[in-house]
Amino acid sequence: MDAVKKEKKNWEEKVLKKVLEKRPERKKYFENYSKIKIGRLYTPEDIEDLDYLKDLGFPGNFPFTRGVQPTMYRGKLWTMRQYAGMGDAEESNKRYKYLLKQGQTGLSVAFDLPTQIGYDSDHQLAIGEVGKAGVAIDSLADMELLFKDIPLDKVSTSMTINAPCAIILAMYIMVGEKQGVNLSQLTGTTQNDILKEYIARGTYIFPPLPSLRLTTDVIEYASKYLPRWNPISISGYHIREAGATAVQELAFTLANGLAYIKALKMRNLNPDDFAPRFSFFFAVHNNFFEEVAKFRAARRLWARLMKERFKAKNPKSMMLRFHAQTGGATLTAQQPDNNIVRVTLQALAAVLGGTQSLHTNSRDEALALPSEDSVRIALRTQQIIAYESGISDTVDPLAGSYYLESLTNQMEKQALTYIKRIDKLGGMLQAIERGFIQREVQNSAYLLQKKIEKEEEVVVGLNRFRSEEESKLEKLILDPKIEERQKKRLKELKNKRNKEKVKKALNDIKKAIHPAPARRSGVHKQENLMPVILEAVGVYATVGEICEVMRQEFGEYRESVSI
Amino acid sequence: MRKKIRVLIAKPGLDGHDRGAKVVARALRDAGMEVIYTGIRQTAEQIVNTAIQEDVDCLGLSILSGAHLKLFPKIVKLLKKRGGKNILIFGGGIIPSEDIPELKSMGVSKIFGPGTKTQGIIDFIKTQIDADGKRR
Repeated sequence: MDAVKKEKKNWEEKVLKKVLEKRPERKKYFENYSKIKIGRLYTPEDIEDLDYLKDLGFPGNFPFTRGVQPTMYRGKLWTMRQYAGMGDAEESNKRYKYLLKQGQTGLSVAFDLPTQIGYDSDHQLAIGEVGKAGVAIDSLADMELLFKDIPLDKVSTSMTINAPCAIILAMYIMVGEKQGVNLSQLTGTTQNDILKEYIARGTYIFPPLPSLRLTTDVIEYASKYLPRWNPISISGYHIREAGATAVQELAFTLANGLAYIKALKMRNLNPDDFAPRFSFFFAVHNNFFEEVAKFRAARRLWARLMKERFKAKNPKSMMLRFHAQTGGATLTAQQPDNNIVRVTLQALAAVLGGTQSLHTNSRDEALALPSEDSVRIALRTQQIIAYESGISDTVDPLAGSYYLESLTNQMEKQALTYIKRIDKLGGMLQAIERGFIQREVQNSAYLLQKKIEKEEEVVVGLNRFRSEEESKLEKLILDPKIEERQKKRLKELKNKRNKEKVKKALNDIKKAIHPAPARRSGVHKQENLMPVILEAVGVYATVGEICEVMRQEFGEYRESVSI
Repeated sequence: MRKKIRVLIAKPGLDGHDRGAKVVARALRDAGMEVIYTGIRQTAEQIVNTAIQEDVDCLGLSILSGAHLKLFPKIVKLLKKRGGKNILIFGGGIIPSEDIPELKSMGVSKIFGPGTKTQGIIDFIKTQIDADGKRR
């Protein structure tokens, strides 16, 4: 090492100095999106303190820096999972079958906003939104249609649902039951990450505390009855999309994870009972090495936190498994075909970062909902990386790069500093309630925007290399009659179902929310709401009806905004 | 004393994508305007009430859910009915270019798509509204 240091000094004085005098570098200061200073050259000196066994280790072993599986993609490629869903259940069902036929290996369901916010399609606030951002699901009848002829024991399904997660999961279980699929065979993920909804994305319904109860109900239920289900996907994606830097995304996501673990521990559950099924969801943006380093740092930091803070014993509890999606906010409406290249680079970073599943965005998403052509190109991008690039043939191929390892160390360190700041504020719930996290994210978003406007940050086709041509992409046009059709379907359902049973089931949910104190101790033992929700869903109570009962009992969250 | 230009940035519809709305709100404020931001998930009635009560000169609507053709007309009509017909209305978000003529014909002055510079929005407002808050 001393020889390297000496030779480096030599090189700086004899070679570098002259070159810099003749030809200064492009910028005075190089930094990535996380504001980490990027050095000119990385050498063994930059990772002098790196202890291979302690900091990197072997894939599948603590601290999982090199990956969660011993063979990674040599054994099995990542799951190619495109987020999709639009219109009504019938139309989405067709799209899923199309995607499966194209070689997609898992489903990812997008729900429309009324469903996500717990309103039926006939609600006043649902006007204009039904079937737009995803599929409209009012009742189990819609869910049966959504998965018609798709065997739930053969596909894994990821569902982006948060506030009404318990209800939607209950519907999925019921569909499985009707297909003759046992609970233990169901594989997939529910997002169920309510805390990030208060930071970004915004599909909360209830205040944080009762929301946390619903989240933990789902996790507890799944830990008992759904051994192959990921009951939560702790998501940095939306925080990043809202403007956070890569380090902030990493820190806030893991801090949310810690908050869920704490909440579950308060139910006297052992982390090793539920943490092995935790999954994560990150964005992957343009700065290639920053992103790869982020994923590696995420795995190492989570493993250490679980071991040190929660004394987890099962290695699976320490293993950070994640889904990645390319960055929607990095797409440009200008020259949309350029987005194919951005998506390729981002996807490459996700794979080199060791993702378990991946969604590649479509080139036209800054313009409208993606067309079928664009979705196909996005999926093909993953397939080309998987089958033609050769990067899936060895485990964690970038490891040992002086730059990457040094960056991985810095990302981990900075994220931990943030987590400690959040600890000091009393944890994530308090940090969110005080607006600390939201302000941090907003500031980053604003600073980046300013940089782009000043051209300190180049966005090809937007602030540099512009062309005047209008894009001629074919856009997806949704059937305008969807809303009417969905409302009609809902009306027919309400006439057909057993009204008395629905009434009773809804009342049972109300009672379960506020159970009577136990006779002897006088203590209110909180009841897990999954069983009563399953009952209600089974008699075709709607998402809106069940959420209305909960709105009455839990109240509704109103954000306080400061800009 | 000259009055500052008063702006309401509002998010109709159910989507929670508020990055753009917040960035614009802050940029307008930094440009010397008085800015009120409604927060997400506002109904047409709530937005119009705020616009009237706060006596704003212009109203910026941000939406990414795809419900703009349903919600913008509702807001424009209600605003006119409540005596806010002089309020300058502009919009932004994911709004397909095919929909823009229809929105303009009903009284939305301009739609700013993805990639817009905040300076462009500031300039637009200043060319439309003089420093006394009157439409030019």
